[in-house]
Amino acid sequence: MNLVSKVPAGPLTEKWTNHKFSMKLVNPANKRKYNIIVVGTGLAGASAAASLAELGYNVQAFCFQDSARRAHSIAAQGGINASKNYQNDGDSVYRLFYDTVKGGDYRSREGNVYRLAELSANIIDQCVAQGVPFAREYGGLLDNRSFGGAQVSRTFYARGQTGQQLLLGAYNALMRQVGLGQVKMYPRHEMLDLVIIDGKVRGIVTRNMINGDLESYVADAVILATGGYGNAYYLSTNAKGCNTTAIWRAYRRGAYFANPCFTQIHPTCIPVTGHYQSKLTLMSESLRNDGRMWVPKDPKDKRSPVQIPESERDYFLERKYPSFGNLVPRDVASRNAKEMVDEGKGVGPTQNAVYLDFADALNRLGKDKIVEKYGNLFDMYKLITAEDPYEVPMRIYPAVHYTMGGLWVDYNLMTTIPGLYSLGECNFSDHGANRLGASALMQGLADGYFIIPYTIGDYLAQYKTDKLTTEHEEFKKVEKEIKENIDRMLSIKGTKTVDEIHRDLGTVMWDYVGMSRNAGGLKKAINRIKEIREDFWKNVIVSGINEELNQSLEKAGRLSDFLELSELIAEDALHREESCGGHFREEHQTEENEAKRDDDNFAYVAAWEYKGADRKAELHKEELKFEFVQPSQRSYK
Amino acid sequence: MGNGMNLHLKIWRQKDRNAKGKLVSYELQDISPDMSFLEMMDVLNEILIKKGEDPVAFDHDCREGICGCCSLFINGRPHGPQEGIATCQLHMRKFKDGDTIYVEPFRAKAFPVIKDLIVDRSAFDRIVMAGGFVSVNTGGAPDANSVLIPKNEQEWAMDAAQCIGCGACVAACKNASAMLFVGAKVSHFARLPQGHPERERRVLAMVKQMQLEGFGTCTNTEACSAECPKQISMDVIAQVRREYYRTALKKEK
Repeated sequence: MNLVSKVPAGPLTEKWTNHKFSMKLVNPANKRKYNIIVVGTGLAGASAAASLAELGYNVQAFCFQDSARRAHSIAAQGGINASKNYQNDGDSVYRLFYDTVKGGDYRSREGNVYRLAELSANIIDQCVAQGVPFAREYGGLLDNRSFGGAQVSRTFYARGQTGQQLLLGAYNALMRQVGLGQVKMYPRHEMLDLVIIDGKVRGIVTRNMINGDLESYVADAVILATGGYGNAYYLSTNAKGCNTTAIWRAYRRGAYFANPCFTQIHPTCIPVTGHYQSKLTLMSESLRNDGRMWVPKDPKDKRSPVQIPESERDYFLERKYPSFGNLVPRDVASRNAKEMVDEGKGVGPTQNAVYLDFADALNRLGKDKIVEKYGNLFDMYKLITAEDPYEVPMRIYPAVHYTMGGLWVDYNLMTTIPGLYSLGECNFSDHGANRLGASALMQGLADGYFIIPYTIGDYLAQYKTDKLTTEHEEFKKVEKEIKENIDRMLSIKGTKTVDEIHRDLGTVMWDYVGMSRNAGGLKKAINRIKEIREDFWKNVIVSGINEELNQSLEKAGRLSDFLELSELIAEDALHREESCGGHFREEHQTEENEAKRDDDNFAYVAAWEYKGADRKAELHKEELKFEFVQPSQRSYK
Repeated sequence: MGNGMNLHLKIWRQKDRNAKGKLVSYELQDISPDMSFLEMMDVLNEILIKKGEDPVAFDHDCREGICGCCSLFINGRPHGPQEGIATCQLHMRKFKDGDTIYVEPFRAKAFPVIKDLIVDRSAFDRIVMAGGFVSVNTGGAPDANSVLIPKNEQEWAMDAAQCIGCGACVAACKNASAMLFVGAKVSHFARLPQGHPERERRVLAMVKQMQLEGFGTCTNTEACSAECPKQISMDVIAQVRREYYRTALKKEK
């Protein structure tokens, strides 16, 4: 299949406007004849479900949590970018577009990114109208801060809980539509497969997580908004339930998977303390505005940090990047922290961390100011580590945080399966090889509120409804396959728990497919992942039966998909013989150990096509053309 | 490890909604004080699964205190002995070697047990559905700075809006009242100009739904606020009462 991005021709500033006009519309009276399924109720899913219902479509929304309000968008701390230029500091749609393309290391589509920047302002208007309590100045206007190294203040925030407030806004809008009967909500339902009939998506099969019933639902279009796949690494900042199952099953049904190796490692997380560790907690990026990262110069120096004199500390980011210092992008900060730990300079009881020190800022600004700026983060740190960051430096280490890769989508956010759309983190479209801070919330809401309501109409206007029911043989066939798969997992009755095998997978992924990668390591990872997959299907122990609430079974199903996806992540990383954004190949670096991109050979989106179990996926390339921005080498020296 | 703790657990086990539940004893050895409470539960479940027994079901997701999934009633208190946090943020260093720990679900008539420690909190969704929103469709919103909002009003709204919908307030209340939850939602919108056009309709609809769901009456014991992981203030209950009477009296005229 030839990948057609469908980015409209013409000037950047007019692409979306022209496209909106050229798309076909569904007559208002006909909208209720169409059934749309939305899987996932995070920012992208909830905003899409609410907006489509408002237009008059029949919407069915599904989530695996007990309520639509709990999706992991809720955990986003920092904020949401928008090119409002309220601060009069030179921001513009074009600047946000430019920063995002550059930050993504020139591996995203110009057309998509420009649209995102364009829509960013509408998102803030919409959220304020919904009653989202963004931070304000004394005069009553909205406050902004600069975030993630941006040179303008364009980030809107609601204390350290921006994701929560935006999600509740979308959730409220969704609940309003549920109350109006326009959306039917299915919580505690996990999508386990898609049903494709005559080449189009026609529904999904879910497992009712309370009683194990396999339930089929028919639709005219299906939207996946199921988040990222960071939990392939076992430990990540994702919620425990975050998984790849929906998009992986879609991939197996024919949707291409794009750039799976583009994963983002966040530099400032609380380090692992023991083997029982179940997740990692992010400390907001904003801490790097005032915190200084350092390690002892001497790896053998085991003194308490406050006893180590200034002259015996290595402020490694300030030393290597004098102009950006502690504010280098996420990938650069993460890689340097790893380098320090690998050199044996790691600190803390498990020697797997670096210091993030606020002593200077405390002296300069006083404790009150630090409490005001970071109080809740310092409290959270103390809660988890039992150490007081006002007295001793924080210990931090990078952790998997976000996945830029995901299902390939065209400009309409449609996957390679007609009628199947992918929104938010689970698509690949806007962040290239690296996402900038405060841009995930922006993308999720742009996709859900302002893009899909238009683009889905273009598909449905050209689509003929029929009387399909779940009695169709294809639904029965898919249900049977799912049942067999569940029975197979339950019948193994081996000796290893799902978590044990997931930890094995996570260790391999972190060691060889993590912050820095090389061909030897990636090949080794591919072999190890195959072995772990075999181990799973031979030795896993899943307790209980299907016909009950069974969390062990839920986890097993998700892990079985991570075990397949992980191999594709490693294959993609192996094939991409360059370093860009979050993907760092040790073979491809400058003399100063910086990422070396190869625009001549790798300025493309790698879209992988499933070819069957145990067969290599087939690579398709979507060439990236830069008409408006000249790719340049990033430099933060 | 060395400083690991030995613990006696008494955990509520209940097969499904209709089954009769009971407390079951478990012993755990060598639990690190740095573990979170839910990681301790993971350790127990790993042992149970390996023994071929049914692991303990409990709701959890983000494990950083914001999603509101986790809902354990620990030693008689929702979210355990430490104030201002959700269960997932509780660490084992809060306990001592040899402690007996009782773990039960959040109990309320409106929160039926689904299995073990998992309860059905969909009543909260239905309360929001009744009126916990601003009726604006997507598109057509005016510029975000076109309406000025005093900083202190926005801060007040944010204090209320922080509610994570976990239900600890209900579990803590001797009447199983949901007034803190409803109050938080009503106050959040009552303090913002965007919430004003519907303030009357909202408070009546949400309070009515709260009653229909079987939550008890508020008698101002303040247990809800004391146990709230986000420390939502009793002020929100005062506000919801004010909103309610203001509207109800107006309607009577």
